Amino acid sequence: MTSSLQQTKELTMVQAITDGLKIMLEEDPTTMILGEDIGVNGGVFRATDGLLEQFGEHRVIDTPLAESGIIGTSIGLALNGFKPIAEMQFQGFIYPAFEQIVSHAIRIRTRTLGAFTVPMVIRAPYGAGIHAPELHSDSMEAMFTHLPGLKVVIPSNAYDAKGLLISAIEDPDPVLFMEPMRTYRSTRATVPSEKYSVKIGEASTLTTGEDVTILAYGNMISPALAAAKQAKENDNVNVEVVDLRTLYPLDEQTILESVEKTGRVVIVHEGHKTSGFGAELIAFINDKALFSLRNPIVRVTGYDVHVPFFSIEEHYIPNATRIYKAIETVLHEE
Amino acid sequence: MTTSLSSYLDQLERMDHDYPLLRMIQPDGSKAFTEEEYDVTLLLSFYKQMLRARMFDRKAINLQRQGRIGTYAPFEGQEAAQIGSASALQQGDWMFPTYRDHAATMTYGHSLETIFRYWKGRIDGCVPPAGLNILPPSVPIATQLLHAVGASWAERLKGQDRVAIAYFGDGATSEGDFHEGLNFGSAFNTPTIFFCQNNHFAISVPIHKQMKSRTIAQKAFAYDIEGIRVDGNDVLAVYKVMAYAVEKARRGDGPTLIEAVTWRYGAHTTADDPTKYRDQSINEERRDEDCLLRLERFLRQEGVFDEQQIEDATHEIAMEIDEAVERFERAEEPNPHDMFDHVFEDQTPSLREQHQQFQKEVTS
Ligand SMILES: Cc1ncc(C[n+]2csc(CCOP(=O)(O)OP(=O)(O)O)c2C)c(N)n1
Ligand SMILES: [Mg+2]
Repeated sequence: MTSSLQQTKELTMVQAITDGLKIMLEEDPTTMILGEDIGVNGGVFRATDGLLEQFGEHRVIDTPLAESGIIGTSIGLALNGFKPIAEMQFQGFIYPAFEQIVSHAIRIRTRTLGAFTVPMVIRAPYGAGIHAPELHSDSMEAMFTHLPGLKVVIPSNAYDAKGLLISAIEDPDPVLFMEPMRTYRSTRATVPSEKYSVKIGEASTLTTGEDVTILAYGNMISPALAAAKQAKENDNVNVEVVDLRTLYPLDEQTILESVEKTGRVVIVHEGHKTSGFGAELIAFINDKALFSLRNPIVRVTGYDVHVPFFSIEEHYIPNATRIYKAIETVLHEE
Repeated sequence: MTTSLSSYLDQLERMDHDYPLLRMIQPDGSKAFTEEEYDVTLLLSFYKQMLRARMFDRKAINLQRQGRIGTYAPFEGQEAAQIGSASALQQGDWMFPTYRDHAATMTYGHSLETIFRYWKGRIDGCVPPAGLNILPPSVPIATQLLHAVGASWAERLKGQDRVAIAYFGDGATSEGDFHEGLNFGSAFNTPTIFFCQNNHFAISVPIHKQMKSRTIAQKAFAYDIEGIRVDGNDVLAVYKVMAYAVEKARRGDGPTLIEAVTWRYGAHTTADDPTKYRDQSINEERRDEDCLLRLERFLRQEGVFDEQQIEDATHEIAMEIDEAVERFERAEEPNPHDMFDHVFEDQTPSLREQHQQFQKEVTS
């Protein structure tokens, strides 16, 4: 796909998402966007800005305020030839739609032995750190990675966001696309103007190193990279930061190669610790690479508490200091 | 008698229940009913409460602009709906507000300082004064209707005559929980007041896109409960309708859906830009129906609007608000340990360990 004549743009993640949506709306007449305040208002984060004007109200739809309604009708649209891209205004408001996801979106393929399928994308901004009012800051990815039949994708930068979103829209099955709010506008990346895809199920190794592996995704990539830099500068420790990008299905090979090389693993996620995604990663490593480990795996996660009100939210969110300490722990525990 | 199915169907009357808008005071300040008693003392007190709420709201917007509180959801325009309704409650009744209902909660007894704390992102901003059944603002839309049904149901089971009010907006009527709430209330005949402030918008979505129903009150019809549509900018009308619904509920005659038709002049929240979705000049037109202006017109016509008295009241309110600001800004730092201490009555072993780890990290 790369050519030297390729046009590129410097985009924030949220702009890259708009770009991906626009390309797919242009290319595939069966795609449509549904959500609360996504049309006239362009979305509360402006992720769908300008799309109503360009594609009209039959493709970019301001729905009534009902998440179960949005996902339920999207399932029906998907069953009958359309490709709905549904926006949940915040991941914290997806819960009314949980029934539709769990009981229907992910099961219809199985229940009809493939006669009916539900190709659809659910976009959901998630995570703390933007001083949002209460309940807007959840990171409940683990509630969804538990589900068979649902792919779960979480980009950490603009380039991946656009490429993964395009893959998600082209995927034959339901995909939950979680967007790290705090990373929406925090940095820009060089993004090709044209269509490209980043494959679902492939992790990305952001820094290479032989001492410690960090497994992280979404909002946690930035503090993970900062901690890795600190470890290099202070202690000459080489950390390999692996951005999982897709949680389901997992890129087993990339994880195993890194774990077998370093033998020391730190897992970072913002969601709660108990039954969090880290628990699954530890179980996977235990199954496939236990004897490569030189030390017990260390987790840096959100605590088992409700994401607090914003005046103290920074105390909840894993930061570079906590990750750096975890690197020290995993190095010296033997 | 009809001779064919199609003519039978043609003859079926379309369901056409009218839910007229009740007013006690016309927008020009005149009385809507000539044979009613109008209690001017009560109306003067409503005026001062609405003034207090409005001044609070404007202060909060200013504080947000200066970065002294976080994102804030203004309610200017909706004071009459909130104060008229909250004034009909008695201590012991249950209030389930949303994020936009601080005029109601302050009328029912929440302190201004606590409300400021809430918008400063402090959890202690959720805690009402002892003895007042005010729940924290419900952020997930429409979920609180069911809680109000349950809490008021419990009062019946305990043989008490207390009631519960759930506040919600026009957008909330689209959620499944709205319908479940009305149906449970109807099925169990609970003493619940479903109080909808129809401010015509759910963030950017105007009500005509939210639903094809002509009114919200008519949604009560399907559940065979009373639905009443009232001018939400007429504090007296709201109060009277609410008093009627509360009285009925206390008697054991079940729930009521009240649609208070009103308007928010400002943004959905301070993070919202309403110029994206509505012509702002419409707000100025709406000012002619403003709840404070209307009451002022009425009181003037009655010859009881005393400029000096209002000026004094304004001054007193300003001082009260300033004191509240000073208190919340001088308050102790928010306590990060709160997040660990109140998950369960007793911390689980794993949480205790996490908390200890956290303590080590914040002190190191
Ligand atoms: C379940 C849920 N979905 C979405 C949101 C985001 N949201 C917050 S307020 C709002 C609009 C509510 O409109 P309405 O019920 O009319 O109340 P108003 O804000 O006008 O008072 C939306 C969509 C939410 N808080 N909860
Ligand atoms: Mg509304």
